[in-house]
Parts: sequence; C-alpha cells; structure tokens
Amino acid sequence: MSVIDARFAGGQGGFTLDTAFNVPAKGVTALFGPSGCGKTTVLRCIAGLNRMKEGFLSVEGEVWQQGRRFIPPHKRPIGYVFQEASLFPHLSVTGNLRFGLHRTKNETPRILFDDVVALLGLSRLLDRPASVLSGGERQRVAIGRALLSQPRLLLMDEPLSALDRFSKDDILPYLERLHSSLSIPVLYVSHDISEVERLADHLVLMESGRVKAAGPLEDLLADPALPLAGMPEAAVALNARMEGYDPAWGLSTLAVHGATLLVPANLGPVGSAHRLRILSSDVSLSRSAPQGSTIINSLAVRILSAEPLGEHQMNVLVRLGPDGAGARLLARITRKSWMDLAFQPGETVYAQIKGVALVDRSL
Amino acid sequence: MGEIVWLTLKLATISTLVLLVVGTPLAWWLARTKAWWKEIVAAIVALPIVLPPTVLGFYLLVVMSPDSLLSTLLGGRGLAFSFEGLVIGSVIYSLPFVVQPIRNAFEAFGERPLEVAATLRASPLDTFFTVAVPLASPGFLTGAVLGFAHTIGEFGVVLMIGGSIPGETKVLSIAIFDYVESLQWDKAHLLSAGMLVFSFAVILLMMLAEKGLARRRAGWGRA
Repeated sequence: MSVIDARFAGGQGGFTLDTAFNVPAKGVTALFGPSGCGKTTVLRCIAGLNRMKEGFLSVEGEVWQQGRRFIPPHKRPIGYVFQEASLFPHLSVTGNLRFGLHRTKNETPRILFDDVVALLGLSRLLDRPASVLSGGERQRVAIGRALLSQPRLLLMDEPLSALDRFSKDDILPYLERLHSSLSIPVLYVSHDISEVERLADHLVLMESGRVKAAGPLEDLLADPALPLAGMPEAAVALNARMEGYDPAWGLSTLAVHGATLLVPANLGPVGSAHRLRILSSDVSLSRSAPQGSTIINSLAVRILSAEPLGEHQMNVLVRLGPDGAGARLLARITRKSWMDLAFQPGETVYAQIKGVALVDRSL
Repeated sequence: MGEIVWLTLKLATISTLVLLVVGTPLAWWLARTKAWWKEIVAAIVALPIVLPPTVLGFYLLVVMSPDSLLSTLLGGRGLAFSFEGLVIGSVIYSLPFVVQPIRNAFEAFGERPLEVAATLRASPLDTFFTVAVPLASPGFLTGAVLGFAHTIGEFGVVLMIGGSIPGETKVLSIAIFDYVESLQWDKAHLLSAGMLVFSFAVILLMMLAEKGLARRRAGWGRA
C-alpha cells in the first residue's frame, strides 16, 4: 500500500484545520495554497511536531497516528526541511550532516554520506562552521542533513521561500536531481505555482484549512473548476518524451499524450523525459487548420468545456487529438471570439500554441 | 590563612557543582513548561535576590537545628555549623544567579533547534545533551561564574548558619570580619585586596569568554 493517508481536524489559536487527503507515496506531492491556509500545519502534523485532537495518519501501510496512538517525531522515519535552514550553529557542516546519520546506526544506510555531498555539491563546505554559509548553501546543507537521516518520507516546508531569486535558482536544479536520483517520496509545501509546476507530480490544493482538491498535477492545473485555471499565469504541465532532433532547423520533436510538439532546442537523447509548460494565454483556437501562420505548433483538439473568465474572456478546456483522447490544454480566448466563431463543446478545432516553455527538469 | 582560602574555594567549587546539577533541570523546566504555576516557582527561586541574607540564614538555622524535623530525619544530626550545612545554604542563596542565566539561554534559542533534532531522530534526552546544552553554553558559563563568585562573597547566611569554626565554616568573608573586629588590619587588607583582584579577574574573564563564544557562532538566527 504505497499511499499516504492523512486526516487531521482540530483548532489551534483561532484557526481550524479540517483536512483529509490520500496521495501516492511516490514522487513529489505539493501542498499548495495561499499563506495561512494550513499547509505548514498539515506538514507538521505528518512529522508529529503538531498533534491535532483528531487525526489519522498512515504512511505506506504503517499507522503513525490513530486515536491514542501517536508515534513521536523522533521515531518517525522522516526528513524535514524547514523554511529557514535551522542548522545547528555549534556544529560544522559535517557535524550537521552527520547528526541524523549517527542516530540511524542499527540500519544499513541507503543514502550514503559521499553521495549526498556529491548530489548537493557540498564538498567544499564540509569543514566550515555552519554560521558562515550563504542562504542557499545553508539550505543545501539542511536538505543533505535531512536526507542522511535515511527518511522514508521527505517533508519540505517552503524550502526556497526564505531565499533570494539567485539562491533559488541555485537550489532548484539540486531539488530536481534529488527527485530523479532518489526514490524517496516528497511532500513539498509551497505557495509558488512555478515551483510546483517545476517539481511536483501530485498536488493537494488547500484553502482556509481545507483540502479543495487532490490529484495528479496535470489534471488539477487543467481543471477549470479550480482557481488555478483562473490565475493570470495559468498554465498546464505536460510530460513529454524526446522523439528526435532536427539539426537543420534546431528543433526537437517531443511526444506528449495525444500529439507531438516542436520545441526550438536540442533536448538531448531520444527517449529522455521532459516537462513542458503551456500558458493558457499562449493558446488560441481556430476553426480550420491554419495556413500561412508562423506558429509551428498547430494541433487538432477537441473542446471539452468552456467557462467565462471575468467580463471578456473564456477559459476553454480542450484535449489533444482529433478524438480528444490526449492531454488537457487550456486556451484563454476572448468572449467575443467564442461567440463569433460559435464554438461548441464536443467540436474538433485547431489549437495554435504560441509558446512552449521547457520546465528545466531531467527525469 | 591558607586554610581559610582553601575552605572558601572548596565551598564555592562544591556549591557551584551542586548548583549546576540542581539548577539545570529547574531552568529547563522553567523555560519549557506551560504550567500556570511556573512563575510561582520562579519567584520562590528568585527570593534570595531580595531577601536579606540574615532572614534566609535565620530560617535555615531553624530548619538545620539539631531538634528540627530535618535533623530528626537525618538521624538527630543538625546541619547547622557544619560544612554540609554551608553548602546547602550557599546553594539556596546562589540558586537564582545560576538558574536565571541558564533559563534565559534555554529560552533564547526557541523550539526550532529542538524540533530539528527530533526530526533527525534524536530522543528528547539526546536532544537535551547534544543540542540544548551546547546552545545554552554562554548561559551555563555566566551561571557557573555568578554562582561561584556569589558563594565566595556571601556573608550573612554563613554568619547565621555557619559561625566561624576554623577549617569547617570559617570562610573568607567571615575571616575578614573577624580580623577587622580584632583590629588585625594587615590581614584584613591582604584578604580584601586578594578578593578585589580575584573578583575583577573573574568578571573580566567571563566577559571575554562570552564574547568569544558569541563570535564563534554568529547566533542561531543566521545559521
């Protein structure tokens, strides 16, 4: 049973939490929502740092909380990365990294010291005191320290939010590498959708102490009923596989569910996996196959539904492929165009995609 | 005179050790508990700061007299006018000066380091010794030095419960008083000047050590 099943209900200082979700214990699951929606509290409940009056938690079939049963945090096989790195100032970087490792003596470590040092690029920091590191370095050490405690579940509470843009860009590639080289499930709290689009496979959407939706990232991003689709920078995420590279034009062909897309870049060997991000404002619809257009990605799609967005726009949900069996895409068009062209759900039309962003992520 | 200095240092050292053993858990409890009555306990611990030492000494004398309940429990042996009695008196008298800095140090670093340790599989006891105590080390230094210095300097309590028995209870502050009473000014001068130099050295060393500790780790906030 490779799932995390969590239910927490209770109040704390005027704030009520009432959440229940069930996510696969695999890949990265993002807990996403505005500040103060309770996502950090949920993460702390999973770690055992908070105890809600009513709660149930089982991780991969092992019950950590149920009724009066409550496993204290130090007996849970978790790693926790806090918002601020919170390194121990009385220890060196090595001392910090080994703190958790020392305390797992009776287990054979699956995650080795040297591997973590290499993965997070820590080798030249090892002998320094924790207090002289930069923000990004500190957070990398904190991540390494959590990994070395041999967690079966890694919990990360907005690990990038206390960092400036530069340090963030410094750490993101490490997080992506982590995702690809270690098979530890990660619960990742964030209020930054671009981080979520880049890192997450699953999404738990939270709002004022409740879970609004939970499911695969692609599904939730493309669900017009959820507030995500109404955001100005609303986008869908598509998992893609490299099909080939045409050096004459410098274009890569990528297969997504139900279609192929051309991306101006060489994306490495055939078969490599990538994630693409398509903004709903970069997708337009036309009734016939466009001719004489500079847009290279023009695909047959089937209209599933359309929702008005504000006064003058429509948010149209389509699926790739003439039969509508492929991945979902959102198109943001004007209400006038929608009326003038008399589009109907169920129709097959053409989507022109102005921009395909590559979410830098090597799986 | 060597005996006086030796006895004084012995009393201060033993008292400081007892103070750290008794004061540390007390300071930890005061820093962490959510019990509503913790400030009552804190006030009792702090009493010797405001209480005249003679009042404290008087009550200790009552408790330690040979026919008190305590002495009966100890097999009819009164602790008054004994070295052990002095240690107990000193510990009670100096307790606030040890507990307060350690409590402040425990409170200063907050919950976060303890939570981090818990998520790294350290049990609460393990966390206490490997995280809380090292992080609070400046507080321990201040507490130990203040406790030691206060024990050396105390007069009122010792006078009440210790008297002036050579080799047993005749400590420095009492000896200076006795020398002045018997007009032996040169000896009073010698001991007083020694105390002055000692006190200055202690305060200076403590300040330097605290500064050094603070510099070595630029604080929890940055790390």
